[in-house]
Amino acid sequence: MAKKSYSFYPGCSSQKAASSSNYQVSVDTMCEELDIELNEIPDWNCCSASIGYAGGGELPRLALSARNIALSEQAHPDQDIVATCAACWLSTKETQERLNDNSELMAETNTALAEAGLTLKNDKNIRHMVEVLIEDIGYDELGSHVKKPLEGLKIAGYVGCQTNRPFGIDGESFENPKYLDKLIETVGAEACNTYEKKVSCCGGALAFSEPEKSQALIKDIIESAYDNGADMIVTPCPVCQMNTEVYQDQINAKYGTKFKMPVVYYSTLMSVAYGKTAKEAALDGQIIKAKQLEDIANK
Amino acid sequence: MSYNNEMIEKYRGNFLKEVTDNVEEGDWVKMCMQCGVCSGSCPLGPHWEHPPQEIFMMIRAGKREEVLESSSMWMCTSCYNCIARCPRGLPITHIMHGLATYSKRLGLAPQQQPTAKFAQLFWNNLTKTGRVNELKLGLSLYFMNGFGEGIKTALKMKDIGLGMLKTKRMTPMEMLGGHGCKDTKGFHAMLKKAQELEDARIGKSGS
Repeated sequence: MAKKSYSFYPGCSSQKAASSSNYQVSVDTMCEELDIELNEIPDWNCCSASIGYAGGGELPRLALSARNIALSEQAHPDQDIVATCAACWLSTKETQERLNDNSELMAETNTALAEAGLTLKNDKNIRHMVEVLIEDIGYDELGSHVKKPLEGLKIAGYVGCQTNRPFGIDGESFENPKYLDKLIETVGAEACNTYEKKVSCCGGALAFSEPEKSQALIKDIIESAYDNGADMIVTPCPVCQMNTEVYQDQINAKYGTKFKMPVVYYSTLMSVAYGKTAKEAALDGQIIKAKQLEDIANK
Repeated sequence: MSYNNEMIEKYRGNFLKEVTDNVEEGDWVKMCMQCGVCSGSCPLGPHWEHPPQEIFMMIRAGKREEVLESSSMWMCTSCYNCIARCPRGLPITHIMHGLATYSKRLGLAPQQQPTAKFAQLFWNNLTKTGRVNELKLGLSLYFMNGFGEGIKTALKMKDIGLGMLKTKRMTPMEMLGGHGCKDTKGFHAMLKKAQELEDARIGKSGS
């Protein structure tokens, strides 16, 4: 297949030594194998995620994502924008929709952008990395790169919220999207088809401000993975990954559970199956080690 | 006259009109048919003082202070379940964010609401350099309720912090500046202009 090129919006948490820098490492590995070229949007800024609204009104928040789209139009005019972070993707796509829907806001946004020497056309496709994998590459091609099938592993595909709602992946339902299960099967592992917490909320940013309420949600998500016999959880979202991985000790202390469930990104899973090293697959970024994946990678 | 009093004066008890005019996506509120699917779909539903369906009815009933001073909207995790399921297609998540923003502009948001405080810290953090500084954000979160509380929280979070450091998903170097945009001048000028335009449209906060 010919090389595919995209205008890439990595987002704050993917930066060097940030909370999902391991996601970025494994995405880079996966994309190299699949001949996907990610061209970083020059000088991109934070999208303010879903929690910027206390300080930022509607227009300042829209301006944030508008600036990224405008920079992408300037630097990579013929390329779709691709994000790996659920919140980055959602904010950018939401901004595009809102501005195309409301000419007054669009005009005001362009007035604000002019202060930074930018203008917005706003006609780009804004896509999540999993859309690129499924729609532009396809399951067959994704599977053809597998060198070490992840046989014997049972994995709970935790899709979460913002990769799924309100936009989601074309052809998938909100209540039971199947693409993550299909990706799990594509790399030779077994998907937990009855994982009932697949699209439940982990509390998102409220894991910081409302830890007890959020950890009650997280507990159910992990418990359900155990109930379904999962060896690990896989997710496409940096907030889902962090929330379901790092609070397991605190949940154990509060609820008397004995959770020690590894939570990995789909890109880590694919990198291991593609025969890459543990380091290339970013397995060293696991706080709860994914021992079984390490064994396969080191084989 | 305070911004809040100005708005009270301007709308004279027609709270639905006030929301329609000033709240992000507020013109959708009148479309709610009170089915309650949003309230039943909300992951933090049991913790809301008034779940979304109730908020919509209270807006129509003119319960201005009860709505705007409520902690309810600040319980939204942005999971978008309500949006996905609303039979009338109301952008409920956005309306909740909009109500929260508006209550903050009016100075009516509950002072000690943890998400209201955290969300403001997040905004301050990201607008400084254009990108989030995760280390400073984390520390400001720990210490948002004062120094004593901060030490307690920091100790409680110590193991998580160490785990993040060990896996190189956090770095103390972020204290010394860290990541950011290059064109901070243009970035700040853009945000300032956006704020001015919004103030001109729906009234200036804090005046």
